[in-house]
Amino acid sequence: MTTTHRTTDRLAALLRPGRSRALAGFALAAVVLFAVAPLLLSPFRLSLLAKFLCLAMVAVGIGLAWGRGGLLTLGQGVYFGLGAYLMAMHLKLADAGPGGVPDFMSLYGTGEVPWWWEPLRSPVATILLIALVPALLAGLLGWAVFTRRVRGAYFAILSQALAAAFAILLIGQQQTTGGTNGLNGFRAFFGYDLTDPVNQRMLYLVAAGALLAMVLVARQLMVSRFGELLVAVRDGEDRVRFLGYDPALVKTVAYVVAAVMAAVGGALFVPVVGIISPADVGVVPSIGFLVGVAIGGRATLLGPVLGSIAVSWAQTSISEQFPSGWIYFQGALFIGVVAFLPGGLASLVRRRRRRSAARSAPPAPVTQTEGSTP
Amino acid sequence: MTHVPTAETAAGAEPTGTAAEALLGTDSTRFRHDYLEVRGLRVAFGGFVAVRDVDLTVTQGDLRFLIGPNGAGKTTLIDAVTGLASATGSARFGGKELLGRGTHRIARDGVGRTFQTASVFEELTVLQNLDIAAGARRGPLTMLRRRGAVPEAVEQALELVGLTALRDTAAGVLAHGQKQWLEIGMLLVQDAHLLLLDEPVAGMTHAEREATGELLRRIGSQRVVVVVEHDMDFLRSFADSVTVMHQGQVLAEGTVAEVQNDPAVVEVYLGSPVSTEPPTTQAAGPLTTQEDA
Ligand SMILES: Nc1ncnc2c1ncn2[C@@H]1O[C@H](COP(=O)(O)OP(=O)(O)OP(=O)(O)O)[C@@H](O)[C@H]1O
Ligand SMILES: [Mg+2]
Repeated sequence: MTTTHRTTDRLAALLRPGRSRALAGFALAAVVLFAVAPLLLSPFRLSLLAKFLCLAMVAVGIGLAWGRGGLLTLGQGVYFGLGAYLMAMHLKLADAGPGGVPDFMSLYGTGEVPWWWEPLRSPVATILLIALVPALLAGLLGWAVFTRRVRGAYFAILSQALAAAFAILLIGQQQTTGGTNGLNGFRAFFGYDLTDPVNQRMLYLVAAGALLAMVLVARQLMVSRFGELLVAVRDGEDRVRFLGYDPALVKTVAYVVAAVMAAVGGALFVPVVGIISPADVGVVPSIGFLVGVAIGGRATLLGPVLGSIAVSWAQTSISEQFPSGWIYFQGALFIGVVAFLPGGLASLVRRRRRRSAARSAPPAPVTQTEGSTP
Repeated sequence: MTHVPTAETAAGAEPTGTAAEALLGTDSTRFRHDYLEVRGLRVAFGGFVAVRDVDLTVTQGDLRFLIGPNGAGKTTLIDAVTGLASATGSARFGGKELLGRGTHRIARDGVGRTFQTASVFEELTVLQNLDIAAGARRGPLTMLRRRGAVPEAVEQALELVGLTALRDTAAGVLAHGQKQWLEIGMLLVQDAHLLLLDEPVAGMTHAEREATGELLRRIGSQRVVVVVEHDMDFLRSFADSVTVMHQGQVLAEGTVAEVQNDPAVVEVYLGSPVSTEPPTTQAAGPLTTQEDA
């Protein structure tokens, strides 16, 4: 009885600080996103932030799959693009009215809506498909790839190739996907006029809420037993297999979650930015998604989000001054972080925290556990 | 600086006994009369045959040691039984054929192993390592939740392998011997009933070896255990029976004394400089003198 008491006490002590710190952080983020930002930022800047938040959703998923699961997902543009295009197709159909034909189809195509566009007339079907199509694709692809033990660089190359193929496919189908121009010129979002500033602000709030929800989901997955197993799979896939688990299943789950998060980010990106084109979903943006995650700290909960937002912000401000300079800057940043700070900026914070903890409390945790040895 | 396990924390002390009972006694009815039965096992890598015509039967309560010079095929044999290396022939445990099935399925049928180099999850704590080992049968809902209370089997295993005080330490910073113990603990919570241990005491101090030996003996009375080992002193202290492999084949089998006096075994060990020492000298003199030396 004493043993169980001691262990529950110790467990509670262990969990409490983490949990309360997380709650405080979450509350702070909510205040900043829902109150401070809308008050301080101009409508233009707020829309820009909304765009950054959509990109950060992709980063949350990558943090889980890459940081915790070790899956170098170099092709998240595919899932981002699937979500985005599904949403864009729905908006085009909605703008055209019941039974109508989207403008670009009459311009470049036969003037007929292809059969696979039809389900997207329904808003409910659209929302479901935005989650289901990427989940299904990632599930099938992940399972096929992971059971064949494709990993590391091979997996990265494969996902990159997928992103390239996806962009090429989109470009080739001018009549049905808008080709290089992509889909744009949306007027309304589920009935709300997109030119109205009030609706734009609403859209920002939806994006902020979605991002916070995803961070919560990612946190739950990370602290759960699944999260521990995911790290174990990352660090010792074969060992996990000898314990009776199928690592392919664990990886597939992480990959699917990352895909759905990317897709939701893409779906919200469309009404916020007003355009989706192959240039947003191919190889270059797919690598771009990774940069922020690496800089922020891929294995942490908030590192990917903050890193992604910071990189988006830097990209916007640098591109404003040196239009072609960003790509070099991004490359240098990526190489710098990978070479000198593999844990990302989060590892600096962690190191600092550990140091200050060591200074304020001289007995290190290891010695404490030793002290309790009977 | 680190907590060094002693014979007492691992196996000797009183509470450990109850933990062992509780952990090893669980669910053993299912496997009670099970044994490992290997027949005509053959493993080839390309043209090279690493294991050929191996027959092996190991029963519960018979702590079996598997020895042989480097490259004899000991690890390959374990690889074959656990599904890592593809093999022909037959390997049955609990009435089930193991060959040709996926590694994780074999593990679920109660076959567990350790590796020559300790392979715990270094970034996870001791507790997390054990909790994962105990969880292969958990449903999705349990997996998606945070670990509430520590499972009883994990608690017992911590006690049994003497790592209770280090439960929240990252496994990566454990001493070598402690990692091996953690591995054994993981096998136990995994509910493995056939334990294949590849050089579990390599790199341990004398005291650690003794403690590990006692622990293995205790486990061996309830489970089917095969230990691959080069250390002859350790073998003489704890082996119930010995199988000697050489160039992929079984060279001799029997008690320690029988095997040590087998001329074929003596010759093999004379020809292999790495492991010559203990067996050669043993062949020259009686066992007791060796232990005194
Ligand atoms: N994957 C592999 N491919 C090719 N040859 C292999 C492979 N694994 C092992 N071998 C060879 O099979 C033979 C048996 O190796 P094994 O590792 O089973 O020996 P061992 O008895 O465990 O030796 P040690 O005592 O050094 O651990 C060796 O000659 C080895 O080179
Ligand atoms: Mg070996």
